[in-house]
Amino acid sequence: METEQRALTGWGRTAPTVATVVRATADELGSDAGLSATVGARGAIARGLGRSYGDPAQNGGGAVIELVPGTDPIRIDSVTGLAHVDAGVSLDVLLREMVPQGWFVPVTPGTRFVTVGGAVASDIHGKNHHADGSFGAHCTQLGMLMADGSHRSITPRSDPDLWWATIGGMGLTGLITDVSFRMIPIESRHCVVDTERVPNLDALIEKMEASDHLYRYSVAWIDLVATGKHLGRSVLSMGNHATLDDLRELNPKAVASPLDFDPAVFPDVPSGVPNVLNRLAVRAFNELWYRKTPQRHHGTESLTGFFHPLDMVGQWTRLYGSRGFLQYQFVVPFDAVDTMRTIVAKIADAGHASFLAVLKRFGAESGGLLSFPKPGWTLTLDLPAGVAGLGQLLTELDELVLGVGGRHYLAKDAFATPEVMRRGYPQLDAWREIRDRVDPGGVWASDQARRLELI
Amino acid sequence: MMNAFDQPQTILVLGGRSDIAHAIVRSLASSALKTVVLAHRGGGPVEVDGLADSVAVHCVAFDAANHAAHEAFVAGVVADHGDLDIVIQAFGQLGGPEVNTDPTAAGDLVDVNVTGAVSSGLAVAGQLRAQGHGVLVVLSSVAGVRTRPSNFVYGATKAGQDAFATGLGHALAGSGARVMTVRPGFVRSAMTEGLDEAPFACDPSDVAEAVAAGLRGRKSVVWAPGVLRYVFAVLRIVPGFVWRKLDR
Repeated sequence: METEQRALTGWGRTAPTVATVVRATADELGSDAGLSATVGARGAIARGLGRSYGDPAQNGGGAVIELVPGTDPIRIDSVTGLAHVDAGVSLDVLLREMVPQGWFVPVTPGTRFVTVGGAVASDIHGKNHHADGSFGAHCTQLGMLMADGSHRSITPRSDPDLWWATIGGMGLTGLITDVSFRMIPIESRHCVVDTERVPNLDALIEKMEASDHLYRYSVAWIDLVATGKHLGRSVLSMGNHATLDDLRELNPKAVASPLDFDPAVFPDVPSGVPNVLNRLAVRAFNELWYRKTPQRHHGTESLTGFFHPLDMVGQWTRLYGSRGFLQYQFVVPFDAVDTMRTIVAKIADAGHASFLAVLKRFGAESGGLLSFPKPGWTLTLDLPAGVAGLGQLLTELDELVLGVGGRHYLAKDAFATPEVMRRGYPQLDAWREIRDRVDPGGVWASDQARRLELI
Repeated sequence: MMNAFDQPQTILVLGGRSDIAHAIVRSLASSALKTVVLAHRGGGPVEVDGLADSVAVHCVAFDAANHAAHEAFVAGVVADHGDLDIVIQAFGQLGGPEVNTDPTAAGDLVDVNVTGAVSSGLAVAGQLRAQGHGVLVVLSSVAGVRTRPSNFVYGATKAGQDAFATGLGHALAGSGARVMTVRPGFVRSAMTEGLDEAPFACDPSDVAEAVAAGLRGRKSVVWAPGVLRYVFAVLRIVPGFVWRKLDR
């Protein structure tokens, strides 16, 4: 067990706090001298790879636990695809081992650099949410270290309360130590992707409604700098895993070794770079990116190119300068599509440079009491934190989102208030009741939990 | 907790009737602000103009000269309201002309302006260190940069408070807690009512803007107005006979 006092932020690099970072295995923490020795009055929270944008994996003045995987961190049943993985394992490590064996994760976010534990705690979603749901929907068992120091193994049947409070529960019900979930079989490391330029928001909404169900993966990148008749112009990208037959037709060179998977990692962006993603640069980038996309394209893309393009640029968030940035993600129900339109127009009119917003249609809820996805439209955008007036804009957007029964994603949140949380998550009280039962002493705590009065 | 825009949820004001502190609270107010605790000697109701109804303003009794009580006082505020995001140390007395000659009056002034600042500052620092975040904003004064003959005792107390605050800031480096020392010039407020204005006089709102900008930039020292930094770079080295002449 190693400890170190360190300032931590989320991926957006805003609102730092100092905590005692503890690196330990689940066994070390579960021993007599483990958890109780680690946790003081300010409690403890797990931290994976720090990819939450705000403060859920920070715990000012308390302990932050970086779980070290055990000796046999990844096991898979090669017939059923049921994997049993230590919570501290990243999707990067998992995919490097599993793709060559013909397995892919059931859900991946826009980066491979998240841990399996974080995937459960945030109940993450990906481009296939409309078809496959969130990560929690694919889990069958969780190992947990509880506040009292005991180890537990739970399933949705053995303890439904704790299960659904933990899926999407931001690590506040216990430390997730290991996870069983179903991987999906793939024939190649490629996807067959249809890419299409869409001139405006109305056309995009229509297209997504009409064709989402034909693809396992679907997402649209919107240029939020464009206004007027170009409002909401976007690139729609939809795909499926490529079969060997697909490769023979579209990418014959890849047929020989279809499952080779060794994604390149380029050098980090150096620290100390000023905010170069200013309005002018973003406008130019968005324009270029829209223009370079062919009107319509059908072909193969690598898993990395399709799912994790930003992973190729290490520490890209440094491009936002020292003040950092925040990501704003919300969902509104399908019948509130007009509200979504209003919000897109408001953001575009406000003229703040947003570097590629992402629009997606969500499918069914997972059942997690604090899980974010629910049927509707979800929009995600990056905004630099150093720009005055953005808080006011986001407060207005919050009101629009909540007014139609929408809500905000806790893994992205760095701005919500207790009121916004309460209105967006009607099951918050039910969640609190379970959390108080399994952690009466308040061992699990984070900056976000304090900020949003979750605990 | 601060949000991504460094907007505070909870502000504690030591010296809760200070016009400058009220202006700072207004400049830091946003939809994130939940709680403002105004601590002052009487503890009676005080209002801060221009705050939204959603902000809960609590007034509590606080005696800057009662050093022994400061640690328990801060603990009590935290027990009631949770983590402190911003603490503004705004109490302080100007003293009448007698403080320059009357040892007892001068001692009383030191008790509040210096000893009170040190003891309450340490009590706050202990809490901020324990929570791993938070900023102590200390309202110092240019009067402490070079003491003037006409109010050298007041100036000396401000020099003491200022030296404590900047030193505390260094001592807290790496803890997550920070100190921002604010050096206003002449501010038109209740404390200076009836006094002749000095050059570069400003309003509480000007100080508040400088404080808000300083917090955004994570500054350790802020001057208000900003030009005083350069003015005092010169004034602190002019010969004594010139300095005495400048003091009307």
